[in-house]
Amino acid sequence: MEMLWFWLVSVMVAIYVVMDGFDFGAGILHLVVAKTNEERREVLGAIGPLWDGNEVWLLAGGGSMFLAFPKVLAAGFSGFYLAMWLVVWCLMLRGISIEFRSHLEDGLWRRFWDGTFALSSVLLPILFGAALGNVLRGVPIDGSGYFEMALWTDFRMGARPGILDWYTVLIGVFALVTVAAHGALFLAWKTGGAVHERSRGLAMKLWGGVLVLWIVASYATSVVNPDIFHRLPQAPLGWVASLIFLAGLGLVFAGLKRERFLLAFLGSGAFILGLLAASAACVYPVMLKSTLDPQFDLTAINAAVGRHGLQTGLVWWLIGFPIAIAYLAFLFRFNRGKVKAAAEGEGY
Amino acid sequence: MGDPLFWHRLQFGFTATYHYLFPQLTMGLALVIVVLKAMGLRTSEARYNDAARFWIKIFGINFAIGVVTGIPLEFQFGTNWAAFSRFSGGIIGQTLGMEGMFAFFLESSFLGMLIWGEKKLSPRGHFGAALALWIGSWLSGYFIIATNAFMQHPVGYAVAKDGSLQLASFWAFLLNPWALGQYAHNMIAAVVTASFVVAAMGAFWTLKGIHPVQARLNLRTGTIMGLIFSVLVAFPTGDISGKLVAKYQPITLAAMEGRFESGPRANLTLIGQPDVARRRIENPIQLPAVLSFIAYGSFSSNVKGLLEFPEDQWPQNIELLYYAFHIMAGLGTIMIAVMALAALLLWKGRLDQNRPVLWVLMLAFPFPYIATAAGWAVAEFGRQPWLIYGLLRTIHGGSPTVNAGHTAFTTLGFAGIFVVLSVLWLFLIGREIAHGPVSHSPKA
Repeated sequence: MEMLWFWLVSVMVAIYVVMDGFDFGAGILHLVVAKTNEERREVLGAIGPLWDGNEVWLLAGGGSMFLAFPKVLAAGFSGFYLAMWLVVWCLMLRGISIEFRSHLEDGLWRRFWDGTFALSSVLLPILFGAALGNVLRGVPIDGSGYFEMALWTDFRMGARPGILDWYTVLIGVFALVTVAAHGALFLAWKTGGAVHERSRGLAMKLWGGVLVLWIVASYATSVVNPDIFHRLPQAPLGWVASLIFLAGLGLVFAGLKRERFLLAFLGSGAFILGLLAASAACVYPVMLKSTLDPQFDLTAINAAVGRHGLQTGLVWWLIGFPIAIAYLAFLFRFNRGKVKAAAEGEGY
Repeated sequence: MGDPLFWHRLQFGFTATYHYLFPQLTMGLALVIVVLKAMGLRTSEARYNDAARFWIKIFGINFAIGVVTGIPLEFQFGTNWAAFSRFSGGIIGQTLGMEGMFAFFLESSFLGMLIWGEKKLSPRGHFGAALALWIGSWLSGYFIIATNAFMQHPVGYAVAKDGSLQLASFWAFLLNPWALGQYAHNMIAAVVTASFVVAAMGAFWTLKGIHPVQARLNLRTGTIMGLIFSVLVAFPTGDISGKLVAKYQPITLAAMEGRFESGPRANLTLIGQPDVARRRIENPIQLPAVLSFIAYGSFSSNVKGLLEFPEDQWPQNIELLYYAFHIMAGLGTIMIAVMALAALLLWKGRLDQNRPVLWVLMLAFPFPYIATAAGWAVAEFGRQPWLIYGLLRTIHGGSPTVNAGHTAFTTLGFAGIFVVLSVLWLFLIGREIAHGPVSHSPKA
């Protein structure tokens, strides 16, 4: 049961990254791929109806972690205190930028929100990537079950690592480039005209960058936490996940080559999902690794709540999850086809 | 100032109070919009859809700010209240998780369709989107209230070996009597807020002599809904909430009333100042024996005073609790009176000409906001010194590794962001009001 919840939480978080990832990507790229007001509205029109629902995966994933592994949530959120609030402020600014940008027909107003949208969209994946980096590297949890970390120290590993060090920043940059590449494929799929052309051209270059960074990040991870790769041979789910992300990567390039952008976009979703799932499989059962002593690790076993809570949660999870997927399918169907910039005074 | 707990409490109280300015309007407006869209479908009269269109715009702006100010609340459980989360996550994680799964997905999926989909959807489809937002936002409200109700009156739990709380009975927890009472009271209060806002808009347009059709419709809708729900918020739901406090938190009841001595035929204090140092209430105006009746249904019931309880179980800020409660109850009474008068004039067909009453209606819309904030202050200060009543004291709930400086810093950060959001809100709402209701039909 604890293992099942470990996977439910991991899958929800991975879905979050795939879903919000493409709208982060659109935000990262929109200043470059969309030059005019109409083009920017095309980008916003593509993600506008979806971004809020995408972000719910974060809350739903966080809620699942809260219900199943409250000790992990308590330690992680309080330990990453300042970084957490940077994330929250960026999420707030970003939401406001998307929702309020087109309320006013004024160039300066819109340029301001375009800027905050781009800035928050760049910062968020770096922060989330760095969070993943911290999970892979480990944090100084002690016997109390808590830890405290500065935002950064000297950017080196060692006795006093910061939330940001060379490794976590590297993972952050990897995340940034990956969601940008993911977003480029989404835009190539959903838009036409100039935005489509530019997104498509960028997608090719960005995916080259993803490949390089993937290799660098994997090597760095094997240096920082060698156990991860040692566990892979014994983790069958890790093989499955690896197959998924490799297949996804193949689909991305095949789709780009044949100009089938939906296929490429699905491929990049599979790449992100698979990569995160493979990481989860390799760290299982550890959820928050202690750099001080393995006995302080918070794991799916020692951090889980009682059986009854997990079983009850599973019942409503099995009801709620298909409903959420059904909404998602309906939403994508409702907004199918290429987007057009909305008329003034209407839409995003 | 060097006490982290002070800052944790300030931050949660501040961010939650600010956040709730927006959902109380959107939850209430969602119902108003459903009613207007339903009338539009039934009668095919354009004025209902025109009114709905205007309120959907107001709804959209408030909803967006409600969403972004709600995110930090969810995070604070982990960042600022880590010990509380560790202790009770096995229980309250259930409702917080369900909120995401059952309410937020529903709301976020149909929000875009409600706000921008009127032309693309059929009238029935657009009504459906309004219905989805209403159901979603009211479900969300239930999960939050159920979470809060567990902190007020914990049920359905068991204590595990490591001392943390575990779920024992899901249904006992979800259908906590406290949650049912508080939910009804709170949701009806949200409709009161929306009704006062709608009525204020109608009064404003009537006084200005613009948008006559819409002015009349809004005045009518706001007044009728306002009267019904202002009464319901006091009776039966306010009454039920009061009886729950009397039953499960008698110390809180005593503090809310500034009552120190116990005894039967307890007086209800209308006005007066509690003097905690001297253990008495100064300059009171009281209704004899009414408190006994309200709390326990009989004039002769004994209502315990604070002195009957150990002082370390008293809420720490009795004055604030007392005043918050009296502000809520006093405003509630005034709001019933305002709406009763307006409804009487409406019935006689004289409301549009009665300028003094229109002025009152136009300026009364902050009352429900103040009453709601005061009501939540009663609930939360009344719960003290407990974070989870009887199980976990507030002083034991904070994050052990987060210091006062960090929390002070982030609290100031929120203050800054909220100033920006407030200016944006004023500006955008002001623009919508200046635009006025837009008709898609040739005449209206």
